[in-house]
Amino acid sequence: MTRKRRRLYMVVVGMVCLAVATGLVLNAFNQDLVFFYSPSEVAKKPPVAGRMIRIGGLVEMGSVKRVGGGPGIVFKVTDGKFDLNVAYTGVLPDLFREGQGVVAEGALDQSGALVASQILAKHDEKYMPPEVVAALKKSGQWRENEAASANAAAALPGGKSL
Amino acid sequence: MIIEAGHFALVLALMVALVQVVIPLWGATTGRRVLMDVAEPAALMQFVLVAISFAALLNAYITSDFSVLTVAENSHSTKPMMYKISGLWGNHEGSMLLWVLILTIYGAAVALFGAGLPPAFRARVLSVHAMIGVGFILFILLTSNPFLRISPAPPDGQGMNPVLQDPGLAFHPPFLYLGYVGFSMAFSFAVAALLEGRVDPAWARWVRPWTLLAWCALTAGICLGSFWAYYELGWGGWWAWDPVENASFMPWLSGTALLHSAIVVEKRDTLKSWTIFLALLTFALSLVGTFLVRSGVLTSVHAFASDPERGAFILLLLGLVIGGSLVLYAIRAPILTPTGQFAPVSREGALVLNNLLLATATVTVFLGTLYPLFLDAINGPKVSVGAPYYMATFVPLMVPLLVAMAAGPLLTWKRGDLPGIAARLRVPFGVSVAIMVGTSLMAGGKSALASIGIGLAAWVFLGTMQDLAGRVRLFQGPFSDTLRRLGALPRASWGMTIAHAGVAITLAGMTVSTGWSAEGIQVMKPGDQVVVAGDIWHFDSTAPVSGSNWKGMQAQFSVSDGGARPFTVLTPSRRTYSLQQMTLAKVAIHTNHLANWYVVVGDPQPQGGWIVRIYWHPLAPWIWYGFLIMAAGGAVSLSDRRLRIGAPVRRPVVASGKSHAAA
Repeated sequence: MTRKRRRLYMVVVGMVCLAVATGLVLNAFNQDLVFFYSPSEVAKKPPVAGRMIRIGGLVEMGSVKRVGGGPGIVFKVTDGKFDLNVAYTGVLPDLFREGQGVVAEGALDQSGALVASQILAKHDEKYMPPEVVAALKKSGQWRENEAASANAAAALPGGKSL
Repeated sequence: MIIEAGHFALVLALMVALVQVVIPLWGATTGRRVLMDVAEPAALMQFVLVAISFAALLNAYITSDFSVLTVAENSHSTKPMMYKISGLWGNHEGSMLLWVLILTIYGAAVALFGAGLPPAFRARVLSVHAMIGVGFILFILLTSNPFLRISPAPPDGQGMNPVLQDPGLAFHPPFLYLGYVGFSMAFSFAVAALLEGRVDPAWARWVRPWTLLAWCALTAGICLGSFWAYYELGWGGWWAWDPVENASFMPWLSGTALLHSAIVVEKRDTLKSWTIFLALLTFALSLVGTFLVRSGVLTSVHAFASDPERGAFILLLLGLVIGGSLVLYAIRAPILTPTGQFAPVSREGALVLNNLLLATATVTVFLGTLYPLFLDAINGPKVSVGAPYYMATFVPLMVPLLVAMAAGPLLTWKRGDLPGIAARLRVPFGVSVAIMVGTSLMAGGKSALASIGIGLAAWVFLGTMQDLAGRVRLFQGPFSDTLRRLGALPRASWGMTIAHAGVAITLAGMTVSTGWSAEGIQVMKPGDQVVVAGDIWHFDSTAPVSGSNWKGMQAQFSVSDGGARPFTVLTPSRRTYSLQQMTLAKVAIHTNHLANWYVVVGDPQPQGGWIVRIYWHPLAPWIWYGFLIMAAGGAVSLSDRRLRIGAPVRRPVVASGKSHAAA
């Protein structure tokens, strides 16, 4: 085994590793990247039903309803212009409240409602998820006092700050 | 006054660090011993000054001095003492000071215990180490000063996020930083070696203990963080592939690669420039990890990028450390010629494979973590990358790594005997495949991934045990001979065996708890009962409870397996923290070390009762036990006397390809 040949083997194995990884990453980006939509964007150009997406906005006041005494819940997420029905079954995050920012991950069903598999609220009561801020800004519903509180909470990214 | 003294001590520490950068390096370049010897007292001095500074800030937290801005923002007079202390590092400014404190502890440790290092090399190491210190102390003083006063002082502080008020998280950051910063030693040694233009087995022996120490601490830190997420966040998971988690996982992956490649440098005097590169990379990832979590870049890329002070400084610091070291690497690495040669099938070959796979896996995690930030920065679509991405990229890369992990240690250096290894691994292979098929039949074909996982875990564990049995010649001679060999086995070898067994245990825990867990979500009132995974959960009662800064309710559940008496009584609670007006659900867990019974009480319902989430997680405790066993393996390896006694000997002539005793 000459040094050249050994180096060649290592380079080949390295290339194969990189190629496999690139393939895996590109494939995963194609399938598993979860895009974020605001309720307005869903209304204007709805994504394909069944594809995982995230939506964000405010939980509309008075829209939270329990489904038949079970753990199921339906509510509306709004960005001030459009709203979107969301259905979720399970324990809600401790900070889920009407009028507060929320991010829900799930897929649209045939009726155009989001069936959420996860409600994200990894933030304290002052903090607005960045996606929600962007969605509200886009729809022109953003108020500056919210900006102040959002910045105040920036020191606690993701709730799991160290 | 104390706080000002702390501030002043930090400024002095900066001055000392500047001296430590310039004088020893100058001495090493000109060969003047007097100048080189400035490094040790300077490193000790720097440590003492930063410790004074840290103590001053700690005092402000303990005495609740709300005239200090960071204390007012992050602490509260009613907080329990433990969280007053942990509040220090629960925020950006304080955590940076903890970072620098740990940095100077490592520097002082080299000054104290580095007597065996050649003087010029030690001077260069400490000089490079002080460069990092200068960068970070400047960063603290200019952009993240924890000593700023606020006037008038508020009557009380704003408190800390209740989610963070937990023992697991109180000790998570110090461990994590002990790991992150520990890799700065590998970095300093690597840069010093590049400056000298020389890397040899002795270098690897010096670097290895520091890397091992950092790796152990980081392993323990990740374990604590994951366990905290499991019992505090109440969603029943232990890893979410959140950027905050990935931030600590990336340096762990590349640090693991570094540990393994340093073995090759030490034993075989080859793979040198790759090892140096890994040392640079691991520390760079530690820096990225620190800033990713602490700087607010995850909350808003734009706010971060437009922050003229903090954001720009961080990017500058990262650029200098990574760019500077890579330029030096590009210039100097080509002169590091390997001497040892090896065949593709050999211990070295297996370790190269380990490194390639770990490095590639690091890249996939890096892409998944930073791609959404990158898209956001260029005003692209908002995306998130979650568990499915990592299942599709990271997990497939781990499979060959685990397969090779059982065989690697059995291979000999230079040229391995693949058919021989295959023969020795017949039994582990057969048993693992049987377990894989058996579990998959038992589960009726569902959760195929879990069956593969448990089969791999068995493979790694049995392969590791086969290796151990081979080393001590179990059943191949008299039993006394086996015992004698067992006693004579080097600690490093024990460390490897223990750590690899830990990987198998963690893997078993991860796959079984994911694949075969059972869950029940329902509305329950006292008196109700529900069956989850064959166990009867009875909601007995509720009672009010309170703590120093919270009030709440506590529920009581009796769990029985159908017998007359319950085998455990669990008391999950809901706590409302008065200051933040925030309610937290506290999980209750019963464990028999083979499975966890997990209950969390959610929202009260308008028609009465609460949403109750119940889980049965088989083998879940093994996830964290395995991590602790890995860390313990690292610690055992660290205690190998070879690293302490044999280490300082640097051979005058570069070591030839002579094979050392396998370890």
